[in-house]
Amino acid sequence: MKDQPKAYVIGFTGAPGTGKSSLVDALIASLRKLDRFVAVIATDPNSPFTGGAILGDRIRMQRHALDPRVFIRSMGARGHLGGLSLAARESIRLLGAFGFDPVILETVGVGQSELEVAAIADTTVVVLTPNLGDGVQMIKAGILEIADIFVVNKADLEGHHRALTELRSMLSLSNVPGAPKAWKPPIIPTSATRSEGIDELWAAIESHRKYLASTGRGERLAAERLKEETAEVAAEIARDRVRRALAEDPALAERLLEEGTPYGTAEEILDRKR
Amino acid sequence: MATKTAIRPVRIVLAKVGLDGHDRGVKVVARALRDAGYEVIYTGLRQTPEMVVDAALQEDAQVIGLSIHSGAHMTLFPAVVQELKRRKATDIVVFGGGIIPEDDIAALKEKGVAELFTPGTPLQGIVDWLRKRFPEGSR
Repeated sequence: MKDQPKAYVIGFTGAPGTGKSSLVDALIASLRKLDRFVAVIATDPNSPFTGGAILGDRIRMQRHALDPRVFIRSMGARGHLGGLSLAARESIRLLGAFGFDPVILETVGVGQSELEVAAIADTTVVVLTPNLGDGVQMIKAGILEIADIFVVNKADLEGHHRALTELRSMLSLSNVPGAPKAWKPPIIPTSATRSEGIDELWAAIESHRKYLASTGRGERLAAERLKEETAEVAAEIARDRVRRALAEDPALAERLLEEGTPYGTAEEILDRKR
Repeated sequence: MATKTAIRPVRIVLAKVGLDGHDRGVKVVARALRDAGYEVIYTGLRQTPEMVVDAALQEDAQVIGLSIHSGAHMTLFPAVVQELKRRKATDIVVFGGGIIPEDDIAALKEKGVAELFTPGTPLQGIVDWLRKRFPEGSR
């Protein structure tokens, strides 16, 4: 595993309709000019009721459809906690081994999924647009903390300038005086449909990559994440064992229903010899 | 809910092939299949057979659903089946829908299209067919 080529992971997140897929499409185009092999993992939520999903991110990336150096895979988040990150992490390893670099991870920011992206990506890009509401909306959404780079897309729309100004003033508030000098997320105005600001976005991603490498923060993050992933895998295995035990052992399941002791039953199952 | 996720959902690529902008129907089908618990990858308009097969391979889809209202079904549907053969992916099931005359349906089935749905088909009819075809993947 150690000698496998590893892909740099760029996460894109933002509210539905902010233009993430179009931005990714434009970024793929300029990365292909640099002769990079690009993979995209595009995630959309599954219905919590039926488990079904409509995964439509490929539509915006059709011009790369027949380019064998561009690999696009849609993923349903499939509704279980942490499930997306496990599948995405394994896919990223595999894509990296095949020589894809970077891997772009795109997800709709509607709740927790953007945090999952930030926990996987080396550089997290938060995509905003004009008219998403005032600055307070931005703090509420909790997206200010996870961004390594802000993109304010749809520069062709009215209100773009105001959105930039508000974001700038929100960010200046979060600068704690005397705090150690760290990475300050830059704000990149773009128009994905006109391919404007894409080179600047790539330059910002590159300089964040260099920041991670030169400060050692990248290495520390990778170590932390590997431990966290191991814990998630363990949780997944345990979940599986418990589900199976309850399905295969009706007496145990019945006792659980009678006594109403989820903690005790869980421990009992996990303590069993396999 | 949690136990449902243990079953791997069937993945379906839905596409409009050729020069045909009538996507109302395919979007309704996409929504119905989603509500039936399938993972639908919608690729949009004006797809070539190569693009559709490429998408199905990258997406690890078990099914391709094609929609056509332009009259080119006798050319484009078999072209998708041929392209699957060329890419050694004949395990992927192809079905189609649209304005397709009765006489053409038998010919298309002979050429490897698994099933065809014409206007008036209830959405549940498509779902029922998929459930029968993929009993292990349905919820």
